[in-house]
Amino acid sequence: MLVLAIYVAIFVLAYVIYHLIVGRSASKLGFNARKTVTFGDESAVTANRSASVISVVAIFLIWGAFTGSSVSPVHVPGPFVGDTSFSYTATNPQNQTDEATVYVRVGFIGEEFGKPEIPDNKQSAFAKDDAMKVGAWRSGLIRAQNNDDGGKKKGYRITAIDGQPIAPKQSVEVSDGIVNMTAKGSLSFVPDKGWQMEPIWLPAPETIVSRLIEISRDGYQNVALSENIGWSLFRVVVGFLLGSIVGVPLGYAMGLNDWFRGWFDPIVEFMRPIPPLALIPLVIIWFGIWEQGKISLLFLAALWIMTISARAGVSGVNISKVHAAYSLGASKLQILLHVIIPNSLPEIFTGARVAMGVCWGTVVAAELVAAEKGAGKMIIAASKFQQTDIVIMGIILIGVIGFGIDILMRMAEKILVPWKGKG
Amino acid sequence: MTEANQSSLHLDDQSSLHIDDISMTFSLPNGSAVEALKSVSLRLAAGELLSVLGPSGCGKTTLLNILAGFLAPTGGQVVLNGHQVTGPDPERGMVFQRGALFEWMSVRKNIGFGPAMKGVPEKQIRQRVDELLEIVGLHDFGDKAIYELSGGMQQRVALARCLANDPDVILMDEPLGALDALTREKMQGLVLKLWKETGKTIILITHSVEEALLLGERLLVMAPRPGRIHREYHLPFAELGVDADLREVKKHQDYGNKREEILSMIWEMEEEIMGRKE
Repeated sequence: MLVLAIYVAIFVLAYVIYHLIVGRSASKLGFNARKTVTFGDESAVTANRSASVISVVAIFLIWGAFTGSSVSPVHVPGPFVGDTSFSYTATNPQNQTDEATVYVRVGFIGEEFGKPEIPDNKQSAFAKDDAMKVGAWRSGLIRAQNNDDGGKKKGYRITAIDGQPIAPKQSVEVSDGIVNMTAKGSLSFVPDKGWQMEPIWLPAPETIVSRLIEISRDGYQNVALSENIGWSLFRVVVGFLLGSIVGVPLGYAMGLNDWFRGWFDPIVEFMRPIPPLALIPLVIIWFGIWEQGKISLLFLAALWIMTISARAGVSGVNISKVHAAYSLGASKLQILLHVIIPNSLPEIFTGARVAMGVCWGTVVAAELVAAEKGAGKMIIAASKFQQTDIVIMGIILIGVIGFGIDILMRMAEKILVPWKGKG
Repeated sequence: MTEANQSSLHLDDQSSLHIDDISMTFSLPNGSAVEALKSVSLRLAAGELLSVLGPSGCGKTTLLNILAGFLAPTGGQVVLNGHQVTGPDPERGMVFQRGALFEWMSVRKNIGFGPAMKGVPEKQIRQRVDELLEIVGLHDFGDKAIYELSGGMQQRVALARCLANDPDVILMDEPLGALDALTREKMQGLVLKLWKETGKTIILITHSVEEALLLGERLLVMAPRPGRIHREYHLPFAELGVDADLREVKKHQDYGNKREEILSMIWEMEEEIMGRKE
């Protein structure tokens, strides 16, 4: 909620400041600048690239600020780290009271640090000082009375922390954290957590970059990064190609022949709305968890999309074109090759883009379920060891690759079907 | 084929188009039937220019589709050059209103499509296409993509593509209907020029009375329900328009009279349809 509020605040602030500095009309150049009606005219709305830049910067700023990262100049308060202490008041069965101090050292998990030294001054009374160490964002349990004289006797209890009375199941705020008393009368110290995220929840951006460099150099669990991603891409490409090889001719047949259309219509219409992920259990039962299973799944994911797009491509042929071709003396085969297939290419490309996207999503999910190598396998393995940085790195990589695939498909479309949308 | 049909095959010279008592009845799903055409008969000699006019629903497009061979009539027959029309054939070329060009091919490939399908050698096609590009006034546009051309230029390509196949009859389904007035007038001139130079038989369907008058040695006015030939005119304007400016032709006294006559005829039919609906 706090993060969301900050994000909204940045959004509003950036808008206000941008328009104070740049002015209202500066973002609209050329003809659009002369338009008096812009609200409701979609063509007059172009993405404000300054906003895009600020948006990306804002995400990294917030990410950095909440992880104590060096990419952000400002940070929200971090967890308390260092030495602190609190005193406790113990009461023995004879109703005598005495005070002692608990010295606490708080450090980051994964870094070496020991318990603090106890300054040996006032150890004459029955309550004795204690020392403990706690990890940041964690809590530490201490039985402060254990080393006290008579501390284990019935009736010996701690009655106050830093002079504030405490009883079992109550808490007291001290200078750098909170002291809780358990139901059995032990103390537990929770150092201040601050607002920053623990790396195990959200690592800093630079951790992810350095992890990416490390993994692309050394691999993860003895599998090179390129091998993990290569396997995923290989599965996608093979599954997509198989799906297209079967789906496109099937779609053509459905578009050109009533028997084919009647026969396959119920099958295609039934299979199309089933999410490929729902097929994973069945595919595992039928084909096992290895390559055959995954490629069958991707084949099914691509098949229906390609079938439908090829069928739509055939039905999208303007009948005038077919009539014209017949009048010019073309045979059925020539019409298929020179009119129907080229005319359906734009539809097929649109389908291919969708199919590649679906396949990429499906392969990652399938690898989460079972795989030896692959992008999905890498992140699920990392999540089992709570290596959040690898998980996030993997997710970003998967996103970037999915985006890259779409851009490649769009480039291929521009080169191969330049007439798309211009008929 | 009946004996009567057989005999009609030998009535006239071979290079002519006989439309022989054509009827076309569509059955509707609700059981009723629509008579799109009823007993339409017509003879065209080679090289005639015929324009067909009529209110919507008079069956003129159905007639053209039957002539092209895309539809089989429910009665009668069409005979061209001594043989019955049973399907589309390159002897009957077709020019559509729009959208019938192949966007995935260059202008040159579009024009050469017919010969290429027949397996004519590349070199010959190229030569023929160059000639045609010259004739339709597109000599610099051969290697352009279709979507780079204006609507008028696209129709020039459609004409050239049709001519490349050297058909006996050219069927035009409102070929200029989607063009603006200025381009349309230029194209009308081109159609007349092509008609005169190539000597093809041309049947042109149009919505525009002016166009029908200008581009018809013979003009058929069709009437709806059932679709039939209402009136036929023999006109001098096409012949005049070959050499003269079309705007000069339009100033002709007789042109104005004919236009008014035909317009009121079509208006009457339209009103009759409206009346019948109410």
